[in-house]
Amino acid sequence: MQLEPPGPEPVGLGRFGEFGGRYAPETLVPALVQLEQEFRSAWSDEAFRAEYAALLSSYAGRPTPVTECHRLSGQLGLRILLKREDLTHTGSHKINNVLGQALLTRRMGKMRVIAETGAGQHGVATATAAALFGLGCVVYMGAVDVERQALNVWRMKLLGAEVVPVESGSATLKDAVNEAMRAWVASVESTHYCLGSAMGPHPFPWMVREFQRVVGDEAYRQCREILGDADPDVVVACVGGGSNAIGTFAGFVDTNARLVGVEAGGQGLESGHHGAAVMRGVPGIVHGMRSLFLQDEFGQVLEASSISAGLDYPGVGPEHAMLAATGRAEYHAATDQEALAGFQLLAATEGIVPALEPAHAIAWVAREAGHAIPAGSTVLITLSGRGDKDAAQVAEMLGGLE
Amino acid sequence: MNLESHLRSRRDAGAKLLVPYVTGGLGREWHEVVRAVVDAGADAVEVGIPFSDPIMDGRTIQEASQRALDLGATPIGVIDVMATIDVPAPLVVMTYYNLVARLGHERCAQHLSQCGVDGAIVPDLPLDELDGWGDAADAAGVETVLLAAPTTPDERLRQICERSRGFVYGVSLMGVTGERNELAIHAGEMGRRCKAVTDKPVLLGVGISTPEQAAQAAASADGVIVGSALVRRLLDGGGPDEAAAFVRSLRVALDSTPAVA
Repeated sequence: MQLEPPGPEPVGLGRFGEFGGRYAPETLVPALVQLEQEFRSAWSDEAFRAEYAALLSSYAGRPTPVTECHRLSGQLGLRILLKREDLTHTGSHKINNVLGQALLTRRMGKMRVIAETGAGQHGVATATAAALFGLGCVVYMGAVDVERQALNVWRMKLLGAEVVPVESGSATLKDAVNEAMRAWVASVESTHYCLGSAMGPHPFPWMVREFQRVVGDEAYRQCREILGDADPDVVVACVGGGSNAIGTFAGFVDTNARLVGVEAGGQGLESGHHGAAVMRGVPGIVHGMRSLFLQDEFGQVLEASSISAGLDYPGVGPEHAMLAATGRAEYHAATDQEALAGFQLLAATEGIVPALEPAHAIAWVAREAGHAIPAGSTVLITLSGRGDKDAAQVAEMLGGLE
Repeated sequence: MNLESHLRSRRDAGAKLLVPYVTGGLGREWHEVVRAVVDAGADAVEVGIPFSDPIMDGRTIQEASQRALDLGATPIGVIDVMATIDVPAPLVVMTYYNLVARLGHERCAQHLSQCGVDGAIVPDLPLDELDGWGDAADAAGVETVLLAAPTTPDERLRQICERSRGFVYGVSLMGVTGERNELAIHAGEMGRRCKAVTDKPVLLGVGISTPEQAAQAAASADGVIVGSALVRRLLDGGGPDEAAAFVRSLRVALDSTPAVA
């Protein structure tokens, strides 16, 4: 497969409008500068790009198809296309990013990676790449998530990674990021931090978007083919930190398609228990970046809440904050209950069990069909991952199926 | 009180500098702890304004921060209490940039200044991102101390020492705050590298836990910052007396250290 040309670099120290930046402890700054330089040179190096493309193709199973959903389309009165990241090796879009970062790790001469994980998808992907490249691997995971994603914890261990449960704070993704950053401060000379979303200090938001843009670049071409040289009317993806969404949007930002990010509505935006950082967050500086965060009046970061561990994060990547500020993308939310319904809806109508994260995107489209999405619209939804990891949790919530 | 000139005069009088760290809002007596450690020989005191996500801090200060937050500590609340602490030593706040930005650069700097706070340490605001806060702090007379790390290259180290106010905070190991069994091998080199490029006071901090380690670290620098080892005593139920006893033991060890040649 052939990669599309690189996308635009952020301005200065990783600025996306007023967002982004490199707010990191001094110990990490030299490593971030080195990573930025290495990524910039690798990303314009044809040999690196060819090796990355070959891995995406022969190992990760790209390109992934776009599937037209006939029964769901009929039910909702829309034309629905799914970008099938659930069909990649390891079962989510996370593999795109980790293969790129693993290649960079080797290029920098480092022999060890660490990562944070929420749902465990990024942890599994990182452990997979580490096994493939023979790198040491430690994954930090909130203790709550270790509990609710036991299968992924087992997979990571099988792949040779050490999984460290993080007990501090809310013991979810936010705290796993904190702990991974602390661990990186102690090991930066030998270790690369394989950050899993398009967030964190520069160059991560830019680099991860570039490693994920293959999702949008492929989908753009595939949609053109399916739709007869037209673009979808609406492009939808779920947003936690926002890497599958930013990768998807990268392919459509220059078209007239409406770009929609769907955040975790949790128990409802009014309940205060949700993960909707774009909709309800305010500007702040956390985890190395200026972006939008759920925080109290003093600037203390609030705990996010979501049925899906992958969206259970009180912030969002800085490019999303910019796209929201400029109005180029719009952000909405689907609640836990709606996501559960979306999970079942796609399974029943298309024979595809989505992860709980993209079930939010499905749910928003189902809810807004004929409302915010005019009847007859063509809608591309990125199905960022498969639902196997969530089966036990959902079974427990729904009880026996009739 | 001017932080840098106070520390310089103490140093030039032959003293090794000692800056203990106390988490603001940790218990009702925390301001008494600040007074007690100054009486026990601290040359300045670093007061932590607790933040929910302290990425440069290890378990002890994480726990202290969370406990202080649970007790209702707020940034303005901690700073207001500092205004009531009348001690013959400069006070410095240590906190994270989100709290500063949420207050607003000017408002935060002016409030610190009005409350008699002489300096600020913001470990997630490195040299390259300093401008907005740095200018506001300079204008208000709040001295912003920058951190230098073992990984900092020489040219950047020079720039950090140049831009740092009050003193230069040399990070003595690869890692976050917390007690260690032994002083890191980086400590001596960190002190020497900073001293080679600046005349400002150079203090080493992070992982300096015992009187012996303090004395050892101070051999290559002008002094030390001790945080987690003191905060752990407070978490374990210690009050001003225990804090003072520990700081006095650090003072004694430092006073028996010969000055840097």
